Amino acid sequence: MSKTAYEKVKIARGNKRPTGLDYIRGIFKGFFELHGDRRFGDDPAIVGGIALLNDIPVTVIAIEKGHTMRERTARSFGAPSPDGYRKALRLMYQAEKFKRPVICFVDTSGAYCGIDAEERGQGQAIAENLTAMMTLNVPVISVLIGEGGSGGALALSVADRVWMLENAVYSVISPEGCASILWKDSSKAADAAAYLKLTAQDALSYGVVEEVLPEADIGQKSFYENLREKLYGEIQGLLTEDNLPQKRYERFRAFGKPTSENREAEDTRSDT
Amino acid sequence: MKKVPLLSFIHRPQNELEKEGRTVAAVQQDEYEQEKTCPNCHKSIPLSRLWSNYNTCSCGYHFRMAARQRIRFVTDKDSFNEMFSDMRSANPLDFPGYDKKLETVCDASREEEAVICGTAEFNGRKCCLFVMEPYFMMGSMGTVVGEKITLLFEYALENRLPVIGYTVSGGARMQEGILSLMQMAKTSGAVKRHSDAGLFYLTILTDPTTGGVTASFAMEGDIILAEPGATIGFAGARVVEQTTRKALPKGFQTSEFLLKHGFVDAIVPRQTQKDTIVHLLDLHARGGAV
Repeated sequence: MSKTAYEKVKIARGNKRPTGLDYIRGIFKGFFELHGDRRFGDDPAIVGGIALLNDIPVTVIAIEKGHTMRERTARSFGAPSPDGYRKALRLMYQAEKFKRPVICFVDTSGAYCGIDAEERGQGQAIAENLTAMMTLNVPVISVLIGEGGSGGALALSVADRVWMLENAVYSVISPEGCASILWKDSSKAADAAAYLKLTAQDALSYGVVEEVLPEADIGQKSFYENLREKLYGEIQGLLTEDNLPQKRYERFRAFGKPTSENREAEDTRSDT
Repeated sequence: MKKVPLLSFIHRPQNELEKEGRTVAAVQQDEYEQEKTCPNCHKSIPLSRLWSNYNTCSCGYHFRMAARQRIRFVTDKDSFNEMFSDMRSANPLDFPGYDKKLETVCDASREEEAVICGTAEFNGRKCCLFVMEPYFMMGSMGTVVGEKITLLFEYALENRLPVIGYTVSGGARMQEGILSLMQMAKTSGAVKRHSDAGLFYLTILTDPTTGGVTASFAMEGDIILAEPGATIGFAGARVVEQTTRKALPKGFQTSEFLLKHGFVDAIVPRQTQKDTIVHLLDLHARGGAV
């Protein structure tokens, strides 16, 4: 129970940990993968398609890291390119058209960092997903299953419910990156990990996630069965709710709101 | 008396020329006047000349500009009404050293946060305006920056005003951790609502605009302009180089690079920015977008 933040970072990065495709295989039936962003290419770091969650057709989008070195290289270590985010966006709009809920599995050290990614507008691709997901008129659930690396993870996590595995992490910057900026010393990553408050328990305490999912039986049949039923129950509930985009906006609107006294002072000022 | 940091007079110029923000060329150089060397053409420029030419060199190089100086040069005289100016960052994560850092930065920049918001007029047209502050933690976005920008878009939506935004940012503020990251979603949501109401949002990207700000409201404008030679990107160039172990192409992540790859609409030097803004506002005036 008493793992340090950095121990959790290492667990979250472990190559034996179930990846996006393992979740898709374990939870859904009849998964049909859909490729390509219809703009430039098909990013192997993001897997998307349609599947059945029990009897409900859903759109599933997962970041896939791969397990072996060969798989990891082929999946660009789960670092999505702009084409991946645009594929995800295409599938989300498609889901909205056919009134299918969207379920995302997020596991990335961050959006792909490369010359071609910058040429094709990595920042713009992420920004577009943020705005689009905010007003998507179907239920969206995102599950952070490993690493939640900054904007690259957020681009699939603007959801009605965000859940996080017990040993997953969610952070604005990697602990190594933070340590090298602050102390010019990436070996102090363990300290940075603690300061960044990046564990699932921290995220829960800030309201960034609704639930932390236990990992005792991670990867086993029972684990996927439980998660399937949990997703099924939540999706059924969300399908009966009105005005999801409004509630989603309010969910994210609440982060970093100043205290009410501050607000009142500001309100009188802004009338000028 | 607080210690005045080196070069702070550049951030907040006090001379007469600068008060109105512009145009009169320096008549003569004072004997003791300080000079700045242009990193592009390596010429020395007396400060009064620099300031009278919008902080640009005659070779076209754009020096960084403090937010209030920008507001003075781009808006109609005395038309700017600041909003949400009292908001200050707390230290929500109890991040070590952050309180002290904020204190130092507040003193040095004489600003409370990394963005200034309000309403202003451009040739008589009322707009909401935000200008990010490079001298406050390089315009990094924490909860207060996110909140002020969100409030501004909400105000603009309520009052059916266009939003003009000058961005300069190193990205999300790491000392506020995951709460900084959430500001990307929050501001994007506010931009989207403003946009869905048919209202106009213009961004002007200045040096540098990177990370979480590029990946949120900077890239969400209906029209996206950039200053010449600005660095604009998502990942930092050094990180890209280290990760890919490839030599970066010449001009990588400059405004010109983004224009070539289709991510900005036009590059507009400071001298013509106000006219361009006014022109674009005029073009959006029908149909209630302005």
